[in-house]
Amino acid sequence: MRIATAKETYIADEGLLVTATQRAWMGVLLAMLVLAPFMLNQYWLYLACLVAINVASATGLNILTGYTGLVSLGQAAFMAVGAYTVAFFEGQVGTPFLLNILAAGLVSALVGVLVGIPSLRVKGLYLAIATIAASVILHFVFTHWVSVTGGVRGINVAPARFFGLELASPFALYFVIVPITCLMVLGAANLFRTRIGRAFIAIRDRDISAEVLGIPLLRYKLMSFALSSFYAGVAGGMWAYFFRVVTPESFPFATSIFFLAAVIVGGLGTIIGSVLGAAFMTLVPELLKYVVDWLAPIFPNAGAALSPVRTIVFGALIILFLVFEPHGLAEMVRRARRFFHLWPFRT
Amino acid sequence: MDWLFFTEVTLAGLGSGALLSLTALSFVLIYKATRVINLAVGEILMLGGYLFFAFVTAFGLATWLAIPLAIAGGALFGFVVERTLIRPMLGESSISVLMLTVGLGSVLIGATELIWNTDPRALPDFMGQTPVFIGEAYVSRKIAIGFVVSALVIALFLLLFRFWRGGVALRATATDQAAAYSCGINVPAVFSLAWMVACATAAGAGLLVGAIGGISPTMGVFGLSALVVVIIGGLDSVLGALIGGILIGLVEAWAGTFLGGEYKLVTTFSILIAALMIRPYGLFGTVEIERL
Repeated sequence: MRIATAKETYIADEGLLVTATQRAWMGVLLAMLVLAPFMLNQYWLYLACLVAINVASATGLNILTGYTGLVSLGQAAFMAVGAYTVAFFEGQVGTPFLLNILAAGLVSALVGVLVGIPSLRVKGLYLAIATIAASVILHFVFTHWVSVTGGVRGINVAPARFFGLELASPFALYFVIVPITCLMVLGAANLFRTRIGRAFIAIRDRDISAEVLGIPLLRYKLMSFALSSFYAGVAGGMWAYFFRVVTPESFPFATSIFFLAAVIVGGLGTIIGSVLGAAFMTLVPELLKYVVDWLAPIFPNAGAALSPVRTIVFGALIILFLVFEPHGLAEMVRRARRFFHLWPFRT
Repeated sequence: MDWLFFTEVTLAGLGSGALLSLTALSFVLIYKATRVINLAVGEILMLGGYLFFAFVTAFGLATWLAIPLAIAGGALFGFVVERTLIRPMLGESSISVLMLTVGLGSVLIGATELIWNTDPRALPDFMGQTPVFIGEAYVSRKIAIGFVVSALVIALFLLLFRFWRGGVALRATATDQAAAYSCGINVPAVFSLAWMVACATAAGAGLLVGAIGGISPTMGVFGLSALVVVIIGGLDSVLGALIGGILIGLVEAWAGTFLGGEYKLVTTFSILIAALMIRPYGLFGTVEIERL
């Protein structure tokens, strides 16, 4: 049972981590993140980097969909904008890679603002469809603006260089991708302790009431779009350095659905939800591969069934979470925490 | 400009427009009754096509028997989905239910790939091959039949909405659920009915689409075009589905022929954005007035 957590100042009450247990767990997590690259093999490091990239993008989508209540099915297109920006700057301008990733975020944010303009008039499901339209148009631009995007063949990206050190292996990139993601998640967590973040939440709960309370809707909705696509752009930029080739098919519409699903499975409107959701949805298909390997002696053609089974499990996860755990993994964590807080009493 | 060619393209556009209208009608039916956007409509289309394929090839049934069975299969699917998945979600936010149907579509695609694998297949021919000529313009027989069937079904729907008890009950539920309930309309039954009829329509549309273009696990993309239609027409407007369907069918045919196949999607989606900027609730959709 948790006792003696009385707070004496408002500052202490507003803190990100309020109890000693939380600080301890966060310390354990950080230590694990630092030690991971020295303990894991190439394959798991590759997965860790992929999870980190997806976490960054899912956090961005959660700012837009979970906290501001604007449903977007265009997250993959924003990531693609980031990836193309990195590929363009790396190949044709030759600026340092951290600057390229920043530029990726900024260009994506700009595109996000453009896409967000209809959001003042168009609401709810209509807006979700409008973002699909935007991603179709962006896809068209990627295939037809050959001088910048390389058309259907795409662009190869040179490995990132840091003081003459070539960052090509997952081991090297881990030290870039994971800290950036951690910073972005921290930034998102802090955002909702500020005026801007609170305004987002007010808009989600009832946008007309928020306007009456003095929140300029257009500016804040566009800001939310910009922030969300900034996150997507940075994630896309890291993706470009990680996979080193960008084509129009790198970010299909299914990826947008993947991110929305990750945010819903994780928990809409929670930071821990976007982290858990992205990690969960990225790792489950990989775990399925192990299940299939394990079943291979019993069912000889289990390997051929892997891809359809992944599709089924992806859909089934969305359905099961929505029906049985609508608040997602974050709610499960909260329930576990509550259990230990109140132990030995029952919740 | 070759007018004969233009007429032929236009006729083909009208044909696919009618199919789009039919599919869009399935969206509208469900949205009107239950306020759910069913993004799995494209996959139910696919299900209809594959059911027909299975009945004819695997069970060796005659075509005239397989067609109603495939449509009934769609209706049964709609009933089960509404009862087991959609009804527990009553009162949840519209995003959640939308994502639920996305998940459903994903499950359907995976199941289809698992059972029939990913190869595209041609449906057994049941329409004949002789081309139809309207004046001098050539129209593929399948597209002509598709147009006629869609037009008949849509006309039937319009009559049912106007005169049949169930149709009136559906319109009443769409207007005001609580009032409909207090007038003795069994609202849950209306939900069930709407899903059954809509999924049966989608399965029927899937038969026509599959007969024209063949069936494959990716044919659900057709649902995306139909989605554009309902958004342009207005989510809860039958008239909007008709006009939007014809409009998008024509635009797709013209853009596909005169600009090139890759311009099809981008043109329709640009029209979608333009339409939304001018009329946020679609051309004929009900404007929702928000109050505090």
